[in-house]
Amino acid sequence: MNLTLKVWRQSGPTDAGRMVTYKVEDVSPDMSFLEMLDVLNERLIIEGDDPVAFDHDCREGICGMCGMVINGVAHGEQRATTTCQLHMRHFEDGATITIEPWRAAPFPVVKDLVVDRSAFDRIIQAGGFVSVPAGSAPDAHSVPVRKEDADSAFDAATCIGCGACVAACPNGSASLFTAAKITHLSLLPQGQPERLTRAKAMVDQMDAEGFGGCTNTGECTAVCPKGIPLDTIARMNSDYLQANKK
Amino acid sequence: MASSNGKKAVMAVTGAVMVGFLVLHMLGNLKIFLGRESFNDYAHALRTLLEPIAPYRSVLTILEIILVVSVVLHMWAAISLARRAKQARPVKYVAKKSQAGGYATHIMRWGGLTIALYVVWHLLDLTFGVVNPKGFDSAPADRMIAGFDPSRWWVTLIYLVAVVLVGLHLRHGVWSAFQTLGWANRARYKALRATASLLSAVLVVGFLAPPLAITFGVVK
Repeated sequence: MNLTLKVWRQSGPTDAGRMVTYKVEDVSPDMSFLEMLDVLNERLIIEGDDPVAFDHDCREGICGMCGMVINGVAHGEQRATTTCQLHMRHFEDGATITIEPWRAAPFPVVKDLVVDRSAFDRIIQAGGFVSVPAGSAPDAHSVPVRKEDADSAFDAATCIGCGACVAACPNGSASLFTAAKITHLSLLPQGQPERLTRAKAMVDQMDAEGFGGCTNTGECTAVCPKGIPLDTIARMNSDYLQANKK
Repeated sequence: MASSNGKKAVMAVTGAVMVGFLVLHMLGNLKIFLGRESFNDYAHALRTLLEPIAPYRSVLTILEIILVVSVVLHMWAAISLARRAKQARPVKYVAKKSQAGGYATHIMRWGGLTIALYVVWHLLDLTFGVVNPKGFDSAPADRMIAGFDPSRWWVTLIYLVAVVLVGLHLRHGVWSAFQTLGWANRARYKALRATASLLSAVLVVGFLAPPLAITFGVVK
């Protein structure tokens, strides 16, 4: 396959940045999207150019490190798929592909396609934990959990914190991420004591970071590589409003 | 109330007040099909609600105040959330493809602004009679029928566009309010969206029936 890439290049946080066009030839349809970029980067290095910087780690779709907006869609048009698990067979030979970083004020560009997602860490630090004695694992079933709750909590807990929800949201909102983290704790008995204070602290931190508000467009859940459902946001809203009544 | 979630809750609650008003307003408008008398009696009854316990027009004035406060708060929350959203994405995407939502979802802000402008026109037309051929000192039914006279077909057209926009606004707004207040979940989504669509459709038909009937000469 031969492709034309339009890639966002930005040498550092203060650089204005621009789209740069590259031709990539002899791409195998079996390559992942990141492997295709590796091929481009190897060539750029040989030619003495600066390789395109992008985040990646496990390349198995479970770590949440990779992510870029491909042809206007976070992680590309393949549903429930991280960029590393997106394969070139989903693209046409001769296609032009636009590649941009996540765009949000709280996610400043570090270089090229790499953005700083520390804002997510600070949201977690604000309340995304349970204050329980850690120690050794308790006996199974010592605290009963309804199957439905366990399933929903696990659905929410699959969030890998990649930031695609923010990238896709027309408001640059981090609601799906924050809601997923709130939901997976608030559905389980261990998360109950801090349920309301957690919701308030995390939502307030989300605001403080400069993320936008949710307008329920559903763009986030549509691009989420883990398919985190939209009703996590309703749960977050419910916990947050209850917390503010007290 | 200052947080983004607080503002969303304000939008949901004030939106609910306005939807409640729209339903009553629509039912009232339909009285025109029972004749001019019936419509004028209804307009008069609104002003004499709870009389003689409450003075003339007092209940209506209170309702009007609640409505104006709702509109102002709804717009205040919308504007400040839109500003926040703008600040959250200072650099736009070169390519952006929507993956969800549909048309109604993406025109909430412009739709809301258009509806606000329309409401100004609507009040000048049928409430204050400034742009109405019959003027302020006329019976409500006369104003209504003269306002949608076939010669003023363009007024009917304005109403048609505005009411359809209200319908689209509510199609997203109604279920969205439930989500914002935390009353939605995946088991209820289908029912909530269906209710929102049905309510929007009923309001659009109910509000468009009188002006269209007058313009096409069914009601005289």
